[in-house]
Amino acid sequence: MDFSLTAEHEMTQKMVRDFAQKEVAPIIREWDRKQEMAPEILPRMAELGILGICLPVRYGGQGMDFISLGLACEELEAVDSTLRVTMSVHVGLSSLTLLQWGTEAQKEEFLIPLAKGEKIGCGAFSEPGVGSDVANIQTTAKLDGSDYVLNGEKMWISLASKADYALLTARTDFEPERPTDALSCFIVDLKSKGVSTGDIKGKLGVRAGSTGWISLQDVRVPKESLVGEAGEGFKITMSGFDSGRYTVAAGATGLIRACVEASVAYANERKTFGRSIADYQLVQAKIARMAQDYEIARLLYLKVGWLKNQAVRNTLETSMAKQFATDASFAAASDAIAVHGGYGYSDEYPVERYLRNSRGAMIYEGTNEIHSLIQAGYALGTRKDRPLRREMPAYEEDLWHSN
Amino acid sequence: MVIVYIDHFDGRAVPASWEALNVGRGLAEELGSEIKAVVLGSDVEGIAQEAKDYGAGEVFLADLKVLEHFRPEVYTEAVTQIVQEQGAEIVLFPTTGRARELAGMLAIDLDTGVTPDVVAVELEGSVVVATRPIYAGKLLTKEVNQARRPQILTTRSRSFQPPEKGTGGEGVITRLELELSEPATEVQGYKESNRGTSLSDAAIIVSGGRGTSNNPSLKPPPEITDEKEQEIWRAHQGFELIGELAKVLGAAVGASRAAVDAGFIPYANQVGQTGKVVSPDLYIACGISGAIQHLAGMRTSKTIVAINKDPDAPIYKLARFGVVGDLFEIVPALTEALREKLDKA
Amino acid sequence: MNIVVCVKQTTDTAATLSVVDGEASYGDAALVLNPWDEYAVEQALLTKEAEGGKVTALCLGPDSAEDALKQALAMGCDEAVLILDAVFESADTLVVSRALAAGIEKLDPPELVFFGKSAVDSDTGVMGPQVARRLGWPSLNLVAAIPELDASAKTITVERLLEEGRQIVSGRLPAVVSVVKEINEPRYPSFMGIRKASKAEIPRWSAADVGLSGQIQPALSWPEILAPEKSEAVCELIEGGDASEIARKLVDRLVEEKVI
Repeated sequence: MDFSLTAEHEMTQKMVRDFAQKEVAPIIREWDRKQEMAPEILPRMAELGILGICLPVRYGGQGMDFISLGLACEELEAVDSTLRVTMSVHVGLSSLTLLQWGTEAQKEEFLIPLAKGEKIGCGAFSEPGVGSDVANIQTTAKLDGSDYVLNGEKMWISLASKADYALLTARTDFEPERPTDALSCFIVDLKSKGVSTGDIKGKLGVRAGSTGWISLQDVRVPKESLVGEAGEGFKITMSGFDSGRYTVAAGATGLIRACVEASVAYANERKTFGRSIADYQLVQAKIARMAQDYEIARLLYLKVGWLKNQAVRNTLETSMAKQFATDASFAAASDAIAVHGGYGYSDEYPVERYLRNSRGAMIYEGTNEIHSLIQAGYALGTRKDRPLRREMPAYEEDLWHSN
Repeated sequence: MVIVYIDHFDGRAVPASWEALNVGRGLAEELGSEIKAVVLGSDVEGIAQEAKDYGAGEVFLADLKVLEHFRPEVYTEAVTQIVQEQGAEIVLFPTTGRARELAGMLAIDLDTGVTPDVVAVELEGSVVVATRPIYAGKLLTKEVNQARRPQILTTRSRSFQPPEKGTGGEGVITRLELELSEPATEVQGYKESNRGTSLSDAAIIVSGGRGTSNNPSLKPPPEITDEKEQEIWRAHQGFELIGELAKVLGAAVGASRAAVDAGFIPYANQVGQTGKVVSPDLYIACGISGAIQHLAGMRTSKTIVAINKDPDAPIYKLARFGVVGDLFEIVPALTEALREKLDKA
Repeated sequence: MNIVVCVKQTTDTAATLSVVDGEASYGDAALVLNPWDEYAVEQALLTKEAEGGKVTALCLGPDSAEDALKQALAMGCDEAVLILDAVFESADTLVVSRALAAGIEKLDPPELVFFGKSAVDSDTGVMGPQVARRLGWPSLNLVAAIPELDASAKTITVERLLEEGRQIVSGRLPAVVSVVKEINEPRYPSFMGIRKASKAEIPRWSAADVGLSGQIQPALSWPEILAPEKSEAVCELIEGGDASEIARKLVDRLVEEKVI
C-alpha cells in the first residue's frame, strides 16, 4: 500500500491550484455578489485542458487518471464550489457517461468536442417534481419514424444555460415491467428546435455558477442520440452519478480545506482579551475537527479514485465519500464562521460563501438521506452491484494515451 | 585600500553611491587604509569632484567616449583594470541594477566572491563581516570572504548614513586613459525615464493595493463596458489620489503585487518579494492588506502608516500608525491636511 | 535555435522562515521552481515557438531540485539536466556560475541563455551576469522586453529595466538574458507536459562530468544566519469624527514623532 501521490499528481494539483488561486480567487466575491458566472472561466478551463482532464487522448482528453480528476476538483472547490460544479456536470455526468456508454459514433460526435472543451455538457435528470426518485421521471421520448420526440421540463440543471449538450434521461416505456425499465438516456444538442433554457436566481449558494432549467417542446432528435439501449436509462443515470458524486466528494474535501486554511489564518491574526484566539481551546477544537474531517474525506475520495483507476465498481464507496465530505464541509463552514465571529457573517471573509455553497451538495447528486439508504442497503444485503453491460474502463496506458 | 564605485545616471550620482562611499570611508579609517573612488563615464568630471567633496582621498576618473552609456562588459573591464592596478582590499558598490551586475562580473574577473545588497558591515581584522537579507528579508545572513581579495560588496540603498558634503576635500582626481575594448552591445536610447525619485532611493513611499479599485460610488465613463477595464479605471482614480499625496510629500509611488497583477499600475512600481525591496523613512500603505510577500519588501521602513478598511489586515502588525477607513476619504483628507501644514511652515 | 534556461529550486514565496540550529528553516513549505525563473522559462518557450529549435533547462541543486526541472519540462522545455555533486554543497556564486557555464558549454551550443533576475532565497541577483562573463557573451540583465530578435543576423534588442527607466540595448548572439517579471505571463504546465515530465529521466552531471575538478572552492562562507529583529511597533490607531479630523491628527502625530 502506498499513500503517496505521484509526481504527475502533484504537478496536476499545483497547476489547477495556481489557476484557481491566481485567476479566480481575486474575482470570485464580486461574481458571487452579482449572481453570475464570470464569463472567462469556462473558456480558461477549456484552454488549460481541465474540462477534459481524465478523458482518453484519442477522444480529445488530456489522458490523466481518476485521481487527477479528484485532485483537480479539490483544488477548484477550495476556491469556489461553482468551479467544481462545472467538473461534476461537464466531466462527471456527461463526458464520462458517454465514455462508458456511448457508441464510437457518439464519442466521435459529442465526446471529442466535450473533452476538448469546445462544447460544454451537462446532465439533465431532475425535474420540477422528480429529484432523487429518478425512476419517476416524467419527461417523455417517443419514437416517431427515425426520430425521438422529447417533451418535458428539467429543473436544477447546472450549466443549463451555458451547455451545448445535455445527457438527458426520459421515459420511453410507458408500461414497463419494472419502473426502472421505463427510462432511456439521450445526448441532446441544446441548440435543437423546441429547447429553451434559463437560469434560476435567488439561490442560497453557488451563486457564481449557473443553475437552471431546460424545457423541451416537441424536440426531435435522431434515434442515434439514444445512449445505450432503450430501457437502460436508469442504469446509465446511476453510472453517471458514480462519476459525478466522486467529483462532489473531492470538491467538498477542498471546501473543508479552505475552511481550515481560512480559520487558521484568522485565528492566528485575531486577538480577543489580549490573546490570539488560536490560544483558546474551543477555537482549537473546531479547527482540529475540520482538519480531521479533511483528512478523512481525502482518504475516502482518493480511495474511490484508486478504485476507479482499477475499474472496480465503487457505488458504495463513492456514496460514502460524497455523503461524508458534503456533510463535513457544511459543518466545517459553519465552524469557520464561528471562528471568524461577526466578520465571518459578512462577505468581507470567504467563509459565509463556503457555508452557502456547501449546503447544495448535500442535496444534489442524491440527497444525503438517499445516500444513507444506499449505504444501508449494501450493509443489510438488500442492495448488490450487478455487472453492467458496459463498465467504465480501467485507467490503462493503452486506452488513455494512444491516439 | 578601499575602492568605492560611484554609480550615476544622466549626469547625476545615485544617492546610494555616497552611502557606499561613507561605508568605505568608515572601513578605511578602521583599517588605517585609504579610501578611493572610481567614476566611469563620459563628461562626468562633476561627479568625480563631488566624490572628492564627499571624502574620497583619490578619485579615479575615466572620462571616455566608450563609457558614455553603462555597458557591463566595458565597465567591468575598466573597474577590473583599476582594482588590479591599485591592489584594493575591499571594493564597494551601491546596490543598483547596474552596479550589482558590475560587482558580479568583477568578481568573475578577479576570481573572488561578491556579497550583494549588504545592510550592515563590521570588521574582524581585515575581513569584512557583512550582513545581508536573504529570503527577501525574512532572514539575515552574515557573509565573509576569508581568503580571497578583493572583498566585493554592494550596499543597500538607505541602509547606511550618507556622508556630509564638504567633509573631504583633500583628495585628488586622477584621470585615467584606459585601454578598453568596444563591447558587442550598443545602447540605442532610453524610454519611460523616471526622473522622479526611484523607489529604492525614496525617503517616503506611498503605496496602493487592490483596495484602490474598491470605490463602488465611482461610475466609469459609459464607453468603458468591459468589467475588467472598469475595475482598472476605478483603480486609476484611486492611484491618482495616492499620486497627489505622494506629490505633496515628495514621495515615490509604490504598489502591492495584487495591484500590479490586476493591471492597475506597472510592475516597476511593485514593492515586495518579487518587486522592489525598500526601506524608506516613511511608508504609507493604502488599501494594502499586507500579504507576507509584500511585508517582506517593506518591513524595514522606519515608520509605516496603514490605511485600510479591514481592521484585522496583517499590515497593522508592522504599522506604527493605523487608520481604519476608506482610502478614498482618508487619502485626500491627508493630502489636504499636509498641504495646510506645509503652507504654514 | 538552441536555447538554455537556467533554473533553481527555492522555497515558495509564501514560506515562513526561521532559524533552527543556526540554519535557515522553511518548515514544511513547498519547494518550487524559483518564481523569477518561471518568467525565464516562459521567455525561452516563447522564443522557441517563434524561432524553432529546442529549450534545455539546466539546474544546479540537490536531488529534490529535479522537481523544479520537472516543472520546467511540464511547462514545455524539451530537455533538462541536473548538475549535482557533493562538492557544490556550500557553493557560492563564484562556484555556481562556474558550474553552470561549464554545463552550458557541454550542451549543444546555444544562441540564448535565459535566467530569472534573481532567486527568491539567496537573492544575489548576479548569476546571469556572472555566467555571461564566464562565457564571454553579452550580459543583458533586468530585461523587461525583447522588441527584436533576429536569429539569422544573430542580433537582439532588449529593454533593460533600470531604476531610472528603460535602457534600450542591442547586442549580438550568443547572449545571456536575465528577465524581470514584466516580460511575460508564465504559462501553467499542460497535462501533456505533466505526463511527459513525470516520466522523464533527467540526466545528472557531476562536477567531473562538466569538466570541473580541483579548484572549486567557494570564496564565501556564512558564519551566522539570524532572524531579523521583530519590529517593536505597536500600532497606534488614529480615530476621529471624520476623515479630515483623522488626517489632521495623523499629520500632527507624524510631526511630533519627527517622521516628517
